This record gives sequence, C-alpha cells and structure tokens, in this order.
Amino acid sequence: MAIRRVRLTFEGEQITDPVIYQLGKDFEIITNIRRAEVHAHVGWVILELDGAEAEIDMALAWAAGKGVRVDPLSGDVIEG
Amino acid sequence: MAYASALHCRECGNEYPIAPIHVCEWCFGPLEITYDYDAIGDAISREKIKDGPLTMWRYADLLPVDGENAVDIGTGMTPLLKADNLGRELGIDNLWIKNDAVNPTYSFKDRVVSIAVTKALEFGFDTLACASTGNLAGAVAAHGAKANMRTLVFIPSDLERGKVIGAAIYGPIVIAVDGNYDDVNRLCSELADANQGWAFVNINMRPYYSEGSKTLGYEVVEQLGWKAPDHAVVPIASGSLFTKIWKGMNEFAKLGLIDDVRTKMHGAQADGCSPVAQAFADEQLHVKPVVPNTIAKSLAIGNPADAYYTLKIAQEAEGSTVGSTPDPEIVEGIQMLAQTEGIFTETAGGVVISNLKKLAEAGRFQKGESVVAFITGNGLKTVEAVQHLANPVNIKATVSSFEESVDVEEAVGSKSTSS
Repeated sequence: MAIRRVRLTFEGEQITDPVIYQLGKDFEIITNIRRAEVHAHVGWVILELDGAEAEIDMALAWAAGKGVRVDPLSGDVIEG
Repeated sequence: MAYASALHCRECGNEYPIAPIHVCEWCFGPLEITYDYDAIGDAISREKIKDGPLTMWRYADLLPVDGENAVDIGTGMTPLLKADNLGRELGIDNLWIKNDAVNPTYSFKDRVVSIAVTKALEFGFDTLACASTGNLAGAVAAHGAKANMRTLVFIPSDLERGKVIGAAIYGPIVIAVDGNYDDVNRLCSELADANQGWAFVNINMRPYYSEGSKTLGYEVVEQLGWKAPDHAVVPIASGSLFTKIWKGMNEFAKLGLIDDVRTKMHGAQADGCSPVAQAFADEQLHVKPVVPNTIAKSLAIGNPADAYYTLKIAQEAEGSTVGSTPDPEIVEGIQMLAQTEGIFTETAGGVVISNLKKLAEAGRFQKGESVVAFITGNGLKTVEAVQHLANPVNIKATVSSFEESVDVEEAVGSKSTSS
C-alpha cells in the first residue's frame, strides 16, 4: 500500500465533472482532499491518495486521460 | 548566527521546527522561514553589511543558515551596470543591468544552491540532489564538489551535450532519464519522497533554497545607494525569484535600512510558456498550466509553483505587470544586450530585454525613474538559440583576399550609425 500526494488541475468543462468521486468509485483507492480552489475558468485540488501503487497509477492515468492535469505535490521540480 | 526561528505554512500559518521539510502536513501548503526580525533589527546595520564579505554572505543575518559555515564559491555582489547604450536604444534614461551571469557557475542559481547546501550540511546530510535542464545542475554539482558531498544530478536524456558537461565536470553522478519532461519530473518527485536521506535542493530544502534569491534584491538596493529601484524587470519560471526579490527589498524597509518600497515589479515570460502572464492579463490569481514550447528553456515551467504569490504581488504593487514576448524577439533581446552593453546573456536574459523593450514602448517608464533589468544567466549556456547569427566572412590567408572581401569602413560606418 502507498500514499501519494498530487495536485490535479481542471479547466473548462472538466470543472463540472465529478472526477474525484469517480476516482474513489472506479478504483480501489481512498481520496482525501486537503486543499482546493475552484473558479470559473480553472480549478485545482490537492489530494492524498491511499491504495496499492499500481491502482494509484491506473487512477491517475485515467484522470490524465480525461484531460485533467496531474502534477506531483512539489510541482515542477526540474529547473533550468 | 542564524535568526531563522521556525517554518510556517504560507497558507494556514501552522508552525514547524526548522527541519528539512517543505510542505505543511495539515494542508500541504508550502513552508516558509519565520525570522526573528526584532533580533535581526538589533544586529544589522548598513555599516555592518558594508564591512561584510564581497559576496552574498554579507547579508548572512537575513539568511536561514549560519553564515560562519557557508559553502561559498564566491557567489554574489555581481555588477550593477548603468546601461546608457541600451537605455538610449530603448528610450530609458536611467537603466541598469544587474548582471548575475558572472556568478561562479554563470547563473543566479549559485545563490539559492549556496544556501541549500550550507543548510544541508547543518542538517547532517551527506548526499545532495537536483533535477535540472541546465543552470541548476551546474550550480548543484559545483557546490557539491566544494562541500565534498555525494551529488546526484538528474537530467532528461536528450539534454544538450554542453549542458551535461557544465555539470559533469564537477564530478557528480549524472543520471540521464529517458522520457518526456513530465516523466522525469514525476520520477524525481518520487525519488525525493523515497529518499529522505538526500538533500534535494528544490524539494525538501526548498524553504531554505528559495531564500537565496532575496540577496539579488538586497544587492540592487545597496548598489543603488540604499534605495529600491522604481522598476524591476525579472524573469519568471517558478515565480520564486520574482517573489524573493520583492521580499528582500521589503525586508530592508521593514528593518529601517531603506524607505518604503514603491518598486513596480515587471515579470517577464516567453509567449511559449506564459501561464503567469496570461493569468495576469485575465486578472486571475491562479494559472492555467501550459505545455512549454519556447527557446527559453530555463524559464519553461508550465505549472509554476509560486505563480499565485507572484500574481498577488503583481496585482498589489501598483503599476506592476507580467508580460511575455515571442521567441524571435527573445533572440533580438539577446543580440541587443550584447551589441549595446557587451553582455552576452542566455535566453532568459533575452526574455527580460525583449519585455523591457515592450514596457518602454508602452510608456511604462517615466523620465528619471530607475529601471533594473535582472540578467540571470550567461549566453554561452544557450548558444544554440543564436548560432544562426554567427556568419563570419571567409577569406584566404592573403591580404588581397581580405581587401576584396571586407569593407572595414562600411562595417565601422554601419556600427556608428546603429549606436
């Protein structure tokens, strides 16, 4: 089992999609929202995911496939 | 002695003891240093700073480390040059260039890394790490060598050879990771979580690391005769540099070393990676992440960690802006700075100069106002961006061939006309 912290960013119509509900329903993971903000044009949520590594990977790949941007909590750590 | 008393969350305010951590366990917000400003106020003075070393460590009282044990390779106190030639070209009568490209590894990253490595040793780490596409890799490798630490530098496997050598020469373990930017980013983030025994300079050391950028603000104020500039033009990647220059100048004001800061902060991005400029134009405080596509690779951060704090400053400091320019103008900016002031900057500097030009054309600078453009890296790091500009006249090794091929008078005439 593993815990992973990620930041999901939603744009446009994705804002109204119940992505986090589906993450918890369709995958064997527990989702825990720790901080979030939603505006008309963009929304983000910082999420803690608890589950098997492979299941978390699949869940995040599914979210990314829907067009949700998935970043590590630390953001972009590669610097110029 | 260090006057850093704790860490606090920038979002919820929760406090933590000084430790190698970077996010709040409660809300996952970023952590920042808490200083004892009363004690600093008692200890610091203009005279004490002037008597300090001719490096960034003259400001040790305002840094979160013990300056006595600084890992220092001679970083800081870089020249602030009056740029009259460029100023004439752009119609700015009081223009200054802060040339941070002359740091030991040729970029401002030496400032942040010097702090991170000093703090890493204080914490007892023996392993240093970073993920980089250029400047940071060189700075970490050099400081790791000086500190005699095991050093790991993660790079994308398609990184240009010159940049790989710029880090490898200092003897770190260089790991070239296959995959796109996001793959490398994710791997490094996971490795940082899994290897708590490493000082990952911009992850678990980030609260300390980022404070190094404040010294750019301190230096400019001191070099201008203890006065904050009227305008600062600063490149934006993560946004940390922008926020810390602002913080540094305001700390000086808070401590009574200078009058209140009225600087108009101007953030500079490339069109091909301009999430902060776009949010500023839309009057938003949150960015829409982008996939970078620009020659300014040292600024190519599509989802900048400090965008929110950058935008807050830009919106609250009256007259501030965040803008962007296209790649061809970035190249023109590099060329313009080199040909007017004799300073060869990398693409990030081209972003600054092209945005400076745009601001001047928009009439943002009033007569007599001091304008400081921050040049943060050396042009030899990104020669590929300007290599098409080098077109030597090929001649045979004879005087006649020279005379037939080169009209020196015409060349001199054209230079006189353009300058």
